Amino acid sequence: MGTKIKMMSAAVLTSGLLLSGAATAAGASADALGYTCAGCHGFNGSSRGPATPHLASASQEYVVEMMTGYKDGSIASTIMGRIAKGYSDEQFALMGEFFAKQKLTKPKQEFDAKLAKKGAKLHDKYCEKCHAEGGSSAEDDSGILAGQWVPYLKYTFADYHGDGRKMGKKMKKKMKKMNKKEGDAGIEALLNFYAEAK
Amino acid sequence: MSKITRRNFLKVSGASMAMASAAAYTPFAIGGAAKKVVVVGGGMGGATAAKYIRLMDPKVEVTLIEPKKTYHTGFMSNEVISGDRTLESIEFGYDGLKKHGVTVVTDRVSAIDAGKKVVTTEGGKSFPYDRCIVSPGVSYKWDAYEGYDESIVDKIPHAWDGGPQTATLRDQVAAMPDGGTVVIVPPPNPFRCPPGPYERASQIAMYLKANKPKSKIIIMDQKEKFSKQGLFTQGWKRHYGYETDNSMIEWLSSTTGGKVSAISKADMTVEGEMDTIKGDVINVIPPQMAGAIAKTVGLTNDKGWCPVDGKTFESTIHKNIHVIGDAAIASPLPKSGYAASSEAKVAAAAVVALLGGGDAPHPTYVNTCYSVIAPGHGISVAMVYDYKDGKIVKVEGSGGLSPMDQTDEMRAREEQYAHSWFNNITNDTFG
Repeated sequence: MGTKIKMMSAAVLTSGLLLSGAATAAGASADALGYTCAGCHGFNGSSRGPATPHLASASQEYVVEMMTGYKDGSIASTIMGRIAKGYSDEQFALMGEFFAKQKLTKPKQEFDAKLAKKGAKLHDKYCEKCHAEGGSSAEDDSGILAGQWVPYLKYTFADYHGDGRKMGKKMKKKMKKMNKKEGDAGIEALLNFYAEAK
Repeated sequence: MSKITRRNFLKVSGASMAMASAAAYTPFAIGGAAKKVVVVGGGMGGATAAKYIRLMDPKVEVTLIEPKKTYHTGFMSNEVISGDRTLESIEFGYDGLKKHGVTVVTDRVSAIDAGKKVVTTEGGKSFPYDRCIVSPGVSYKWDAYEGYDESIVDKIPHAWDGGPQTATLRDQVAAMPDGGTVVIVPPPNPFRCPPGPYERASQIAMYLKANKPKSKIIIMDQKEKFSKQGLFTQGWKRHYGYETDNSMIEWLSSTTGGKVSAISKADMTVEGEMDTIKGDVINVIPPQMAGAIAKTVGLTNDKGWCPVDGKTFESTIHKNIHVIGDAAIASPLPKSGYAASSEAKVAAAAVVALLGGGDAPHPTYVNTCYSVIAPGHGISVAMVYDYKDGKIVKVEGSGGLSPMDQTDEMRAREEQYAHSWFNNITNDTFG
């Protein structure tokens, strides 16, 4: 399923890019669309928390993938499903274009240094391959984890482990491995590591 | 006041003559003079517009005129009343706007000359503009009920603008004896923050349940139904025994005893069409219309609200003046803080484009609104809007309410997102 989504998003992305030049005349611009998100996700996509996730620096494809998932209901949400239904695939691509170019301002979050240290090791072992540079890179179109609001990450873990969101094949394998070895304490350690990120 | 106005108009006409002659003799001034935007009102609409114009085009000179030194948000002020947050936490200054290069003037606008394009203030200053954005919020119809007027608010506060009256109402509820009655009188439509009175009842109930469980809240409504009614009703049943003999909240619709005819400050009573109800605390949220300056300038229709073009928010009465926020007729957008912020960004983009000689870009708008009914119980309503055939329209299939019978986990998330919403929208506006 992961690959299917990726292929679909790639098609959307291409059409989005083709359209973005003409979008100013036909519809709302990338900036105009991006600005409407700020009230919940923070000025230019850097959230002041305590829970709503940052969007700044996310890759364009990541934004498209999330919005598409909210819209079709394959990703659980409180409010995003209702909001995503208001936009076209082309508009998702424009939003992604806007947030990809924003610099993320990371807030300070509380963390336990000892747990964060353990979390760093776990991240390296289980997550770094896709969530590169300690979870701060948007490469590979993975979600940025470093500095992301911890309550949001907790919700996301809960959704993955329930029926709120499906993991990709690779992630499922790694997560299973980690859960078996580390249990909930492993997730707690990871959360502290991501909270520590400056 | 008329004397000041006349003097200022003279001063302005002198200034514009000087500008005209400068333009005639100094070549660089031709087409090179910085465009001026004056923003009237420093609430959610005005402050957001001022900031975003500067972001979109730093060459535009933006002056924001607001009588108050700081702004208290109306949203989340119900959490101040319940004691869940401080009054200071909903207070915001204008230093953030200054950092974006906005000139902030603390003064009250007394007149706008739409022909000469000059804003004048009570302080005797005048501000010429190329385009003006008016975001005056709401004003109150003090003659709505017999015995009701502005002098009543020290004892019967409306607390509908965040600020001193919010503290008054909070202190009254805190001082009320256990077993006391709080009467809330919500206004008829249209008014600022449609779910606000019902979130207020919820927040006061939350405080009373924990501290004065024998007390009661009676809502005497001037309407037959209200915003997020199903979700509020469900929440009240769950937390406050709604519709049982022990209900902490009682809601009277306008035809079932809610309709109010008179208020007595001396007796602390609200006279309804069926019964007169005595309150230990009375909160009358009066009927509303556009902020006073809108009427003074002639931007309002016969109902007291400002007709605008939904693409630019330019007044359909006065050219070069844009009206945003609660005062504007922007239906189907509601009169909410988020809508005001969304309208401000659309108006800012239109103003920048029009000042540059171009066309206003295609707009897009969003509203998102949260209410907190009890600890861990948040609900929301959202909508995406587009501009089609000369009108603001809801995007079909988008938006709507939090689902009924939602899980505790999701309700708790919505509370966390409500507080995130507050932090982010205020930072987007004032940061």
